[in-house]
Amino acid sequence: MAMADKTTSTQRVEQTAGMPTLHKAIFVVLLIGLIALPFFAYPVFAMKVMCFALFAAAFNLLLGFGGLLSFGHAAYFGSASYVAAHAAKVWGLTPELSILCGTAAAGVLGFAIGSLAIRRQGIYFAMVTLAFAQMVYFVALQAEFTGGEDGIQGVPRGNLFGLFSLADNMALYFFVLAVTFGGILFLYRIVHSPFGEVLKAIRENEPRAISLGYDVNRYKLIVFTLSATMAGLAGATKSQVFQLASLTDVHWSMSGEVVLMTLLGGMGTVFGPLIGAGIIVTMQNYLATFGAWVTIIQGVIFVLGVLMFREGIVGVISRWLKKPL
Amino acid sequence: MVIALEATGLTKEFKGFVAVNNIDLSVEKGTIHALIGPNGAGKTTCFNLLTKFLQPTRGTITYEGRDITRMQPAEIARLGMVRSFQISAIFPDLSVLQNVRVALQRARGESYDFWRSDKVLSKFDDQARSHIDEVGLTEFTNERAAALPYGRKRALEIATTLALSPEMLLLDEPMAGMGREDVDRIAQLIRKIAQNRTVLMVEHNLSVVADLSDRITVLARGEILAEGSYAEISKAPEVIEAYIGASHD
Repeated sequence: MAMADKTTSTQRVEQTAGMPTLHKAIFVVLLIGLIALPFFAYPVFAMKVMCFALFAAAFNLLLGFGGLLSFGHAAYFGSASYVAAHAAKVWGLTPELSILCGTAAAGVLGFAIGSLAIRRQGIYFAMVTLAFAQMVYFVALQAEFTGGEDGIQGVPRGNLFGLFSLADNMALYFFVLAVTFGGILFLYRIVHSPFGEVLKAIRENEPRAISLGYDVNRYKLIVFTLSATMAGLAGATKSQVFQLASLTDVHWSMSGEVVLMTLLGGMGTVFGPLIGAGIIVTMQNYLATFGAWVTIIQGVIFVLGVLMFREGIVGVISRWLKKPL
Repeated sequence: MVIALEATGLTKEFKGFVAVNNIDLSVEKGTIHALIGPNGAGKTTCFNLLTKFLQPTRGTITYEGRDITRMQPAEIARLGMVRSFQISAIFPDLSVLQNVRVALQRARGESYDFWRSDKVLSKFDDQARSHIDEVGLTEFTNERAAALPYGRKRALEIATTLALSPEMLLLDEPMAGMGREDVDRIAQLIRKIAQNRTVLMVEHNLSVVADLSDRITVLARGEILAEGSYAEISKAPEVIEAYIGASHD
């Protein structure tokens, strides 16, 4: 029996002490690229990519590191989008406060739904999160302040801290860059923290983590709430960019899209969700002329992805390089 | 005689089937106590009841005089009673060092800190290394746990358990599926770590526990068949018939 389990050569794990140089380098290159980007590409499109990259990274925290598949993350993305839009338009709050309101709302919602959902596991967990997300969709459709089918339109961009106008796309771009990049770094920190270490242990072997004395459910609830909050930050920021909160943001297909982005890029990797979000948003943008065919093309890509590289694009690259990415 | 763990009238029924029937068990502090029996005797059920992974239908369990019958498994772990698993309980994708560190960081109460860098965990490295040395895994410290051979995985599991400095260890078939060489190594390891601790182990194989345990309880069909030292129980006719005779060991 002991012979059956042979040592698969040397599988050294790099010791974690702060951020590895490779990750630092990638983040720096990414930041430089993003600073240069609006001078070459349409800033609104670039901002859309960044918002979805943050959304996918937040989702990946839950799926890739918490091992929990939520099928209702549109609820947090969308509700934050509505609350932020409402705060900016009706209450007349400045952009950063509107985004803060939206993010906080998503966090509270995430805590409430999370405390019920984490009592179930696997497919039941996914179903519970989906069911709650559908309720949120229903509220968005029926409630007064959400504007029903119309959503909340014409959200003013306002002045950052009441001082700097964000009406100009370039000014807004750098604000969005700061928010999303900061958000992604924060998510990176969560994964590489004492908390993140326990999270990985729970994902790897839950009964063992319990036997070591960890209150597994409390960790799951915290990671769920953090993931929902950061998804909310993405949604709230998006509503300021497009000056719009709509039913698309809370629709179940949005929940599906973020799953697709994360899996395509590589779940459980740092950079996978960013790549996945970039690809999907670019496709939707540039294939828009094909109309309904976009979803079919997306479906085909997803099927090919699952068949050919299950670990996702970044997962495969990471295996080639033998380095975590 | 000081009792570490005591079960009275312990019973577990699964939909009309009685897996564990009215068991009284006391484990003396500082001893190695083995729970043995043929397949289906209720060993694992009994073990899961004692470690709180299952709730008993009837009966009480006390640990160090404290009633733990209705406690959660993570709670009893924090009281100093730590279990192992039949399948090797490691965190496969983490390194050997990280595996042990996860156990160490729990006690310090900063495991919820999601805003701090994992650099703070390096303060546990020295202590983790000493536990790794203790079980003879020094050369594997930075290896991915999944890549270790089976016997070494069990050693890693023990190192992780020791990192919690438990007063009582509950081992679920620690030698299951091992070759002769590994069995000897783990047996030595158990003897070593049991020097100032209480150990309750479940085993299928009587010969393995023969010279390791101070006291042996034999289970069959969910009930206690015999209890005593190896010399006593190996002579008991009902044990020979129900257990040794049955397994031709």
